[in-house]
Amino acid sequence: MTTAADNSTRPQRDWTAMLTVPAVAYLAVIYLMPLVWLLTKSVSGPDGFSIEPFMHFFSDPYSWRVMTNTVTIAVGVTLVCLIVGYPVAFALAWSRGIVQAALLVAIILPLSIGVVVKAFAWQIVLRRDGIVSQILVGLGIWSEPQRLLFTETGLILGAANVFLPFMILPIYSVLKLIDPHLREAGATLGASPLYTFRHIVLPLTLPGAVSGIAFVFSMSVSMFVIPSLLIGDRFQTLSTLTGRSFLLMRDERLGSTTAVVLLAIAVAIVLASTWISRRLGGRS
Amino acid sequence: MTGVERLGTWLVWTMAALCAVFLLTPLVVTSVVSFGSSAVFTLPPPGWSMRWYERLLVARGLMESLATSLQIAMLSTAISLVLGTLCAIGLVRGQFPGRDAISTFLVSPLMLPGLVIGIAMLQGFKVMGLRAAWPSLLVAHVVITMPYVLRTVQSALSLFDFTMLDAARTLGCSYLRAVWRVLVPALAPAYLTSGMFAFLASMDNYPVSIFFTDAWTKTLPIQMLQFVEERPDPTIAAISTGLILLAVLALIIGDRLVGLRRLADF
Repeated sequence: MTTAADNSTRPQRDWTAMLTVPAVAYLAVIYLMPLVWLLTKSVSGPDGFSIEPFMHFFSDPYSWRVMTNTVTIAVGVTLVCLIVGYPVAFALAWSRGIVQAALLVAIILPLSIGVVVKAFAWQIVLRRDGIVSQILVGLGIWSEPQRLLFTETGLILGAANVFLPFMILPIYSVLKLIDPHLREAGATLGASPLYTFRHIVLPLTLPGAVSGIAFVFSMSVSMFVIPSLLIGDRFQTLSTLTGRSFLLMRDERLGSTTAVVLLAIAVAIVLASTWISRRLGGRS
Repeated sequence: MTGVERLGTWLVWTMAALCAVFLLTPLVVTSVVSFGSSAVFTLPPPGWSMRWYERLLVARGLMESLATSLQIAMLSTAISLVLGTLCAIGLVRGQFPGRDAISTFLVSPLMLPGLVIGIAMLQGFKVMGLRAAWPSLLVAHVVITMPYVLRTVQSALSLFDFTMLDAARTLGCSYLRAVWRVLVPALAPAYLTSGMFAFLASMDNYPVSIFFTDAWTKTLPIQMLQFVEERPDPTIAAISTGLILLAVLALIIGDRLVGLRRLADF
């Protein structure tokens, strides 16, 4: 802050930039170069530059079905997470003591459990004789037990379960910065609770919701283990198709093309969410 | 309280209760199934048994893959902590252009699809002549764990008042001693949380690891998914329950050392 402190640390500034070199160099060689290589190879044919693989991919109706599948599931998962996660973030911010601790455990503990474990558990939950089916029959909503495993609904339920914390936590992190007296101030000034929510609380939580939506949507687009276990080969998404082309079909041409499309979607989500949060004036 | 407010409050608490049940369902189901005697995951189980835990020790490849995963996770987290801390200090203290870009670059593996990173690395490592499974896994997992370390340590460092180091030195500490007595305690919580999440991210990773495994070197998630697909039985539930117990333990330690609320910082 002060010039005295600046002067005392000035000699160190010459080498501080060098401290970033090992990590940056490591990622440049191990991570950035392969990605650039993948991108270059995806647009190079036998005789130089060619976008033929992409033309081929985008002219195939099957590709469009795969992309529709991917987006439909991602939108579904994001909506479920937003509808459930938004009020729960409030509960987390309002609660104190043991209730808050219990909620935090329910959110953080599943985060520390592997996705294979959770997807495997959902295989059991979604079976014809599984808990969901038993509950729905018990409540009289279903007349007979049904299987949700290997259906789109089952996939959305399972994926929403895995990604829900990534919606709750960003909203909670902006919510806890809001002055609790704001609501009282609004009430004192004669604003109805609904008015206070719409004009004060909602705008303040939007940046958190935007980053939650971006997290959940991009994770839903690129998830691989969850659809493999909960819906199977019948229903392909961009991500499972990419994985299958490399691991099973050994079709590296198709795999590289779909990988680049996936990469483009992921980058687009990051850019869009950064742009939106800038416009909202929040921190990304 | 007006009607609308009461309705809102009711909605929030009901949703929270349902959400807690929803989030914990997979963990509870897994644990119950692992102690059941049924081989076909009947719920509630017809009887109780420990036989799936006995099977754990003899299940082919399971313990080996657990060992591989632990080694890779510990080493990659350690490397990331060293490289990430150095980089974070450089970014927070340095006065050079492009610091934001560097920080975004190092965190970007978290935002890109793991599968795409895995495929790119698979082809890249081939070109570089890196073929052996174990070293490939380690080299790749450093990229996966780095974002967690950099993000958390950088934000902890940016809150740290570096004039405190000068103060300690004025009071007679040597530079290294000042770092040890002042900077290290201030960074300890960040180290613990980022180390924990980096370790878990490595232990859990599937989409990158899948490209670097061979018949002898498999990480735990790869081996587990293979079991689930080939012959699903509650042995998988037993190992999962073990992992859940480990997570509970980590959470208790994390709570004692830095507090639950700090763990939820996002």
